[in-house]
Amino acid sequence: MFENIGEVVLLFWRTLLALPQAWRQRRKIYEQFFEIGNASLLMVCVLSFFIGAVIALQTGPVLVERSLASAVGGVVGIAIAKELAPVMMAILIAGRIGSAMAAEIGSMRVYQEIDALRTMNINPIHYLVLPRMVAIALALPLLVTFAILVGWFGGSVVANYNHRMEIPFLAFFSDLKTIVVLKDVGNGVFKSFCFALIIGAVSCHQGLTTIGGPRGIGRSVTKAVVNSIVFIVIFDYILTRFLQQ
Amino acid sequence: MNGPLNHATGVGLVVRGLRKNFGDQPVLNGIDFAVQPGEIFVIMGPSGSGKSVLLKHLIGLEAPDAGEILINSEPITAPEVAAKYRMALVFQSGALLNSLTVGENVGLYLTEHRLKPAAEIERIVLEKLTDVGLKDALHKMPSELSGGMKKRVAIARALVIDPQLILYDEPTSELDPVSAVIIGNEILELKQRIGVTSLVVSHDRDLAFGVADRIAFIAEGRIVTIGTPDEVKNFKDPLVQNFLHVEFQREH
Ligand SMILES: Nc1ncnc2c1ncn2[C@@H]1O[C@H](COP(=O)(O)OP(=O)(O)OP(=O)(O)O)[C@@H](O)[C@H]1O
Ligand SMILES: [Mg+2]
Repeated sequence: MFENIGEVVLLFWRTLLALPQAWRQRRKIYEQFFEIGNASLLMVCVLSFFIGAVIALQTGPVLVERSLASAVGGVVGIAIAKELAPVMMAILIAGRIGSAMAAEIGSMRVYQEIDALRTMNINPIHYLVLPRMVAIALALPLLVTFAILVGWFGGSVVANYNHRMEIPFLAFFSDLKTIVVLKDVGNGVFKSFCFALIIGAVSCHQGLTTIGGPRGIGRSVTKAVVNSIVFIVIFDYILTRFLQQ
Repeated sequence: MNGPLNHATGVGLVVRGLRKNFGDQPVLNGIDFAVQPGEIFVIMGPSGSGKSVLLKHLIGLEAPDAGEILINSEPITAPEVAAKYRMALVFQSGALLNSLTVGENVGLYLTEHRLKPAAEIERIVLEKLTDVGLKDALHKMPSELSGGMKKRVAIARALVIDPQLILYDEPTSELDPVSAVIIGNEILELKQRIGVTSLVVSHDRDLAFGVADRIAFIAEGRIVTIGTPDEVKNFKDPLVQNFLHVEFQREH
């Protein structure tokens, strides 16, 4: 897993250098962007709603019993915005989109489509990697912003209707507002941007280095998802530590 | 490989001492030959003799362990040479991009490099597809095509590059005899019309002897003989003779 980090970083660097080509590839970026949205919007909704709900359910009663009902909104708000939405959505997208990237590029590699591109002097990084990287780097932060809002809503619903809390919507959100500041949301969204780059670079790298037919594609897909998730969790700690300063 | 899109005549190709091992398996064991500008050079040889690997070296997809490849006396490894000459490879499998329609595949080179306005590209794509008898497939996806149709689309895609050197890997495998003759005639016509240099890898004896100016016979990564079709036909080597004349034996 860690032996290819150098190659992944190199691929990331090359993609960065290709960034001026992004405008030229805008149609593909646009297509990828909407594919990501289409494939994951509903799942993001469902997942973040229930994550918000379960956090409220786990923390709310404990806080309320200690007459800290006014902290519920803040706890749910912070947990969702800074940690749960970015990480869980990144994991979801690694499974949903990272796997698709590795599979698509991997099968193009195995069936010589990438060789064909190279004989036509079309750089696979410009043609395949760049659009996917840019699209996911734009889409994931948006999805996470959305997930944060839905997660808060999920938390508020449970806080409102659960008989051990019964915190009204308005109170929940005004408590949330006194504790959660815009910077917290910004933190979470920034983390998700970094996670998007990890997913993109790891998955595209796996795709491009696929060897050995259909089984190779399967192997690449698994590795893309697993490696992405491991790196997301590791970077989550590093980024959080860094952002706290 | 992509220069300005004007018609230019074919380029000469020289291969010297080309060697390649995959792991410890030798695949090319010192290949030498030269193709004249505008020539149709056919490479024949048994399956697994290294023909496809040789073509990949010629177009720069593989790097040799030893030896050199020259185009108009310039080594292809020099970056400016790759940009100066237009070469195309028709892959044995076609290697069409499965996510694009046939038309988009054929026009890909022009659209990606922005060499022509869209309407002009559309016209060229239709023209090349008509050349290979597939203009009705314009909007189909590659997965909807038969193996032979894919091969013909791949040839159309190569023609769009307006190559000075075109490499065909088994252009007529999977084709019915009529389509095979159409492809053979197209290879001949390209030579006459724009003087393109063609290198054709094929087991198809009819195609080889129908189009070749010269034929090379390759076995186990070595060239056994090179000569005109008549010379190769009369070359006294059991392997070559067997390859060229083997027929089914049926007891009556
Ligand atoms: N990427 C590769 N890695 C390892 N071995 C390879 C690779 N490509 C080809 N080979 C080996 O090189 C040898 C020659 O393969 P090649 O595809 O050139 O044969 P060929 O002459 O084109 O045969 P055919 O007529 O069946 O297409 C084969 O033994 C093959 O196993
Ligand atoms: Mg072959």
